[in-house]
Amino acid sequence: MSTTGDSTTRAEWPLYEVFVRGKRGLNHVHVGSLHAADDRMALTHARDLYTRRNEGVSIWVVRSEHITASTRDEKDPFFSPSADKVYRHPTFYDIPEDVPHI
Amino acid sequence: MSDEHVYLSLAEGHDDSDARWAFGTGFEDPLHGVDTAVPEGVDAAELAAHCLALGDDALVAAQRLAEWCTRAPELEEEVALANIGLDLLGQARLLYSRAGQVDGTGRDEDAYAYLRDPADFRNVRLAELPCGDFAFSMARLLVTSSWRLAVFERLARTAQDPVLAAIAAKGVNELTYHRQYAAEWTVRLGDGTEESHRRMRAGLEQTAPYLEELFTAAATCGADPAGVRHEVTAALRQVTEAAGLPAVEAEPLPGHGREGDRTEHLAPLLAELQGIARAHPGAVW
Repeated sequence: MSTTGDSTTRAEWPLYEVFVRGKRGLNHVHVGSLHAADDRMALTHARDLYTRRNEGVSIWVVRSEHITASTRDEKDPFFSPSADKVYRHPTFYDIPEDVPHI
Repeated sequence: MSDEHVYLSLAEGHDDSDARWAFGTGFEDPLHGVDTAVPEGVDAAELAAHCLALGDDALVAAQRLAEWCTRAPELEEEVALANIGLDLLGQARLLYSRAGQVDGTGRDEDAYAYLRDPADFRNVRLAELPCGDFAFSMARLLVTSSWRLAVFERLARTAQDPVLAAIAAKGVNELTYHRQYAAEWTVRLGDGTEESHRRMRAGLEQTAPYLEELFTAAATCGADPAGVRHEVTAALRQVTEAAGLPAVEAEPLPGHGREGDRTEHLAPLLAELQGIARAHPGAVW
């Protein structure tokens, strides 16, 4: 907001995607999106919108426009080749019971 | 963690989850399970007055913040302001409950919130001023949360009543966030456009005559007033300098909210706050 010379006024604040890591969660998961004027504001908004019920211990926010997503048209070439590759799954090993998160 | 509802699964199954549902429906006594005996050497009437005054500050401030619902500039800010208001309402509930235990009347929290007239309230007057524009609300939040944080930090360490000390300790993290939220907006608006700077400056100027009342009020709730004054002044200076705004200074307003002096704005606020409870005494939902 303090950038002078930027004469274009946005109709609304840019969109951010929010990722929260729960206390027990191993990694950040996508929980939703929000509008904010800058990165810092996005973080406080995420705190207020998505961690009100004690869901998180860590938050990531990223501008939605910075996310590159696979498209629907690419679905088959991207994902179907992995369907019949059973050897990619660790099914030929015995996993000890006390090894978590596999 | 279930894959289908990742967000829901974040919220469940914490080991230390007992702090999550502090208040819901069906909780008659927020201090349930706490040893409520007044320690020896503590003046019960004085303790009750401290709790009541700090409870009134919080209740009135929470009501003003709730007025932003449906009117805030952005949905995200609306939730943030409501969150902050509800934090303060939670503090008011605990403080009123404590007041009722120690003042000998046995009144519950609702009796203090709904059944007292404006002349009986002892909140600082800054809390009852109308919402104004967003900049004034941020200015007020910055000033009151800085002050309340300084007071609660001291009460958490030095209050002779362990219940009041525990209530203050619980509030410190909440107030730290309130101050941070307000400080970020003060800098954003002060260092923003010409119009936002003008409004932020006007908002802070409007709070200035009420500052002295806050400092002297610290003494009336048992916190070292010199320390509070020093800490609040330093915090405000840090924020206003970062925002490119002048220091918050003005001639203090005569009178004192803690002695029952009111502005014209408290009565209408309480009329709205208390209307339903008084029209339907004892009603539950």
